[in-house]
Amino acid sequence: MEYFTQQLINGVTLGSIYGLIAIGYTMVYGIIGMINFAHGEIYMIGAFVSMITFLVLTLVGGIWLPLALLAALIMAMLFTSIWGWTVERMAYRPLRGSFRLAPLISAIGMSIFLQNLVQVLQGARVKPLQPLISGGFEIMEKDGFTVTISYLQIFIIVLTIVLMTIFTLLINKTSLGRAQRATEQDRTMAALIGVNVDRTISTTFVMGAALAAVAGLMVTLYYGVIDFYIGFLAGMKAFTAAVLGGIGSIPGAMLGGLLIGLIEAFWSGYFTIEYKDVAAFSILVLVLIFRPTGLLGKPEIEKV
Amino acid sequence: MSVQNQKLDMLSLLKESGLAALIAAALALPLAGFKTFDVNGTLTAETRFNWVLVAAVVVFFGRMAISIGQKTFFPSMGQAAGGAAGSIGDVINQNRTLLLCLLLAAVIIFPFTPMANRHSLDLAVYVLIYVMLGWGLNIVVGLAGLLDLGYVAFYAVGAYSYALLATTYDLSFWICLPLAGIFAASFGIILGFPVLRLRGDYLAIVTLGFGEIIRVVLLNWYEFTGGPDGISSIPKPTFFGLAEFSRSGSDGLPPFHELFGIEYSSLHKFMFFYFLILALALVTNLFTLRIRKLPVGRAWEALREDETACRSLGINPTNTKLSAFAIGAMFAGFAGSFFATRQGFISPESFTFIESAIILAIVVLGGMGSQVGVVLASIVLVLGPEIFRELAEYRMLAFGGLMVLVMVWKPKGLMSKRNPTVLMHNDTNAKQGAAK
Amino acid sequence: MSDQSHEVSGVPLLEVEHLTMRFGGLVAIGDLSFTAMREQITALIGPNGAGKTTVFNCLTGFYKPTEGRLTLHHPVKQEQYYLEQMDGFRIPQVAGVARTFQNIRLFGNMTVLENLLVAQHNKLMVESGFSVFGLLGLKKYRKAEAEAIELAKYWLDRVGLYDKADWNSSNLPYGDQRRLEIARAMCTRPQALCLDEPAAGLNPKETLEMNELFHFIKEEEKIGLLLIEHDMSMVMEVSDHVVVIDYGRKISDGTPDHVKNDPAVIRAYLGEEEDEELPPEVAQDFEGENA
Repeated sequence: MEYFTQQLINGVTLGSIYGLIAIGYTMVYGIIGMINFAHGEIYMIGAFVSMITFLVLTLVGGIWLPLALLAALIMAMLFTSIWGWTVERMAYRPLRGSFRLAPLISAIGMSIFLQNLVQVLQGARVKPLQPLISGGFEIMEKDGFTVTISYLQIFIIVLTIVLMTIFTLLINKTSLGRAQRATEQDRTMAALIGVNVDRTISTTFVMGAALAAVAGLMVTLYYGVIDFYIGFLAGMKAFTAAVLGGIGSIPGAMLGGLLIGLIEAFWSGYFTIEYKDVAAFSILVLVLIFRPTGLLGKPEIEKV
Repeated sequence: MSVQNQKLDMLSLLKESGLAALIAAALALPLAGFKTFDVNGTLTAETRFNWVLVAAVVVFFGRMAISIGQKTFFPSMGQAAGGAAGSIGDVINQNRTLLLCLLLAAVIIFPFTPMANRHSLDLAVYVLIYVMLGWGLNIVVGLAGLLDLGYVAFYAVGAYSYALLATTYDLSFWICLPLAGIFAASFGIILGFPVLRLRGDYLAIVTLGFGEIIRVVLLNWYEFTGGPDGISSIPKPTFFGLAEFSRSGSDGLPPFHELFGIEYSSLHKFMFFYFLILALALVTNLFTLRIRKLPVGRAWEALREDETACRSLGINPTNTKLSAFAIGAMFAGFAGSFFATRQGFISPESFTFIESAIILAIVVLGGMGSQVGVVLASIVLVLGPEIFRELAEYRMLAFGGLMVLVMVWKPKGLMSKRNPTVLMHNDTNAKQGAAK
Repeated sequence: MSDQSHEVSGVPLLEVEHLTMRFGGLVAIGDLSFTAMREQITALIGPNGAGKTTVFNCLTGFYKPTEGRLTLHHPVKQEQYYLEQMDGFRIPQVAGVARTFQNIRLFGNMTVLENLLVAQHNKLMVESGFSVFGLLGLKKYRKAEAEAIELAKYWLDRVGLYDKADWNSSNLPYGDQRRLEIARAMCTRPQALCLDEPAAGLNPKETLEMNELFHFIKEEEKIGLLLIEHDMSMVMEVSDHVVVIDYGRKISDGTPDHVKNDPAVIRAYLGEEEDEELPPEVAQDFEGENA
């Protein structure tokens, strides 16, 4: 039971991170119907930006921790968003309306490019960071096994909840959200009634990138090591989460992320840790076979 | 154009380039502006703002050059460049047979020329493996329009099938080769059956996941695959079971040079590998050229064009896609077993996602469905990095950038002219519409 | 509708019984029944959004109907097929129901001739020994392919596209594309041909040619045609049988003469005020035939 609780806590933490990345996939897919293959790399850039911000802050001298976190959060979101915007502008926008596979292939190229760019600029070795937030609560103890929830885990979970609330309000209550939903339904029609489609799509990428940057920040703090390659696996798992939840559905992405996090935590807790990545993909395949629309996705009605 | 107009133009040009430079600086600031490194196990950073400056300046002038180029020198640069590439394609197409015969002759004579040595033959074999993989994937991506991001998984299945069969059961290469193809095709069918019913982009991600699963399994199933250590001392093929390529022969087979009464040369083995992969690649090519003109090949292309219309004509989309997927996998299996026997050693290292991406890039950059394009792209993408070895670090960077650029510039690839599989009229007059 | 004279007689080809299609809460088609006869042209008409294309999508397997039975009486095989139970691709393959699309769906990067050969896929597949004979270059397959090209040539002659057989189909003018799509559907050798607004976007001359093509298919191929059309004069001229639907429900069914005088139809097209005069051009359309 104690072990179970511990895995549950770990799983929810991990799931928060995946959920934040998954939203980027699901939003982009919803609005332009493409898999933004480079999204995992955007998250990786977010992790690097936050790491560098922390390092710079340490260099200029000690700074009150909450302020440092806030600074890193803002920096990561800001700079990563610019990357997200640029990627869309350079690699995807010229291909809108091109044949089906073109943007996907361009996205794969972009993903390889960004990965290697960071490798060239920052080196291939893993980057270890001193733990910034340590300590935690002991929830229960039995037979020498202590269940703890660290401050960091609390930080991650709370921040995720706050961001997702803000984000949901943004989508549901603002004119920006309305423009997004209109563009999703029918791009031509949306343009005709005065929605700036290009800008709406750009905003979608920016929002996705900002959330991925937060996930990058979290992962930097949580694991303490990052390298240029982390985007690949995380991206794939987040995409799996998006599909699991029902691609195009934002609550679905959150739910999917949570489930993938839990599956991974329990799998490595109870089975073999080596195959934890396989577990996530096997679930993806199973979901696609038995419920191609995902858990919360709407069935697609084919227009002929 | 009036002077004032030009001034205005200049102003907007400056503004545009300035904005681009500003964005470049913002992009570069966190990632290039600081250098992170270890000092006694602690990570620290130092500034490197000159790099940011360089990035901004390069982008500023680059953007300006592109704008000026577009407006003054080539009012339709895209079209002009496209036209140039198109006309090269036309020239190639017009003298197709002649060119192909010359190319084939050159490729066959090559090992007997003084240029052939261990190194050049090795390189040629290396390129030919990718040509074969590219042709195999072209069936899946180019003809059937199925985006397979885990093609390397089937290559791995082929390689491990041969390695395991040859080392465990002592089977000869010539028995293992078809078996490896069959295994790879079966994997293709098992994977394809559930996912080929889904939309195209799901297939991409599932095949990608499958590629990773295969790699993780190879890495962790120690008893069976040797884990990260891989499998070594994989036997070399014999000369069709007649002779062997060592100086003295073994296993009761005479050495190759004695069988043919020629002088021993260590090159014979490499030449044999060269011709073997050449033959395998050519078989792949001939198969593709032939099947394209058969009903199933036309159905693949039709599916790529419009799946809904295909269903309304009574074509079973799942089975048709499955056949393309399995056949593509089979050729990867053949290539894999050749790879295993040539290397003599295989490990999961050789079957990463990057390999899939390279093969895909070969198909895409060459122009989907174009067989000649695959050859050209393989030469550029495989040989290029070998020549610029010092720049190995930038290899994948250039590679990713090239993929994006080619897609943006010519989304259909460099050699994208499609030849009809059948003609009603043989005179060129009636074909004008096709050329339009 | 008690009067028997307007009822259409003939040999049933396609029976639609109690067809209902719901999307979530929306009832696109509600309890629709009608019968299309062999060697007749049955037109399905109704205002925009009445659910006509949805009926076609149910008939050709793109949608699974929520309720109802769709029976095809195959005149050659002497079998009955329940279309609602069949996979989409088996409907043209086994039951012989072919269709065209409202937004033309050709294989744009393939030539006109290739489009027609793809339509003969299933037959050629068998003849090519599922590609084995074909790969070996056996005579059997080459003969089959020559026959397939002959059939393609026959239909290309019919629709006047023989000279353009080697064109990329996306390079054809609009009207040619419409006719090519019909030729392609005919190459599957169907028993029932469903045409979704075949005259949309055609000029009067092309529409006239289209009418002739329909007559030819009906008379020479002896199959049934099902037609969705907005062009009222065309419907009244070519059809043997007209079914009018509105909001997914049948409001009238019978001979063209019966339908055009049916008050329910006039109400559906022109609104509630029954005693209002028809606008002159509509009246002309409705009566064009009698004049």
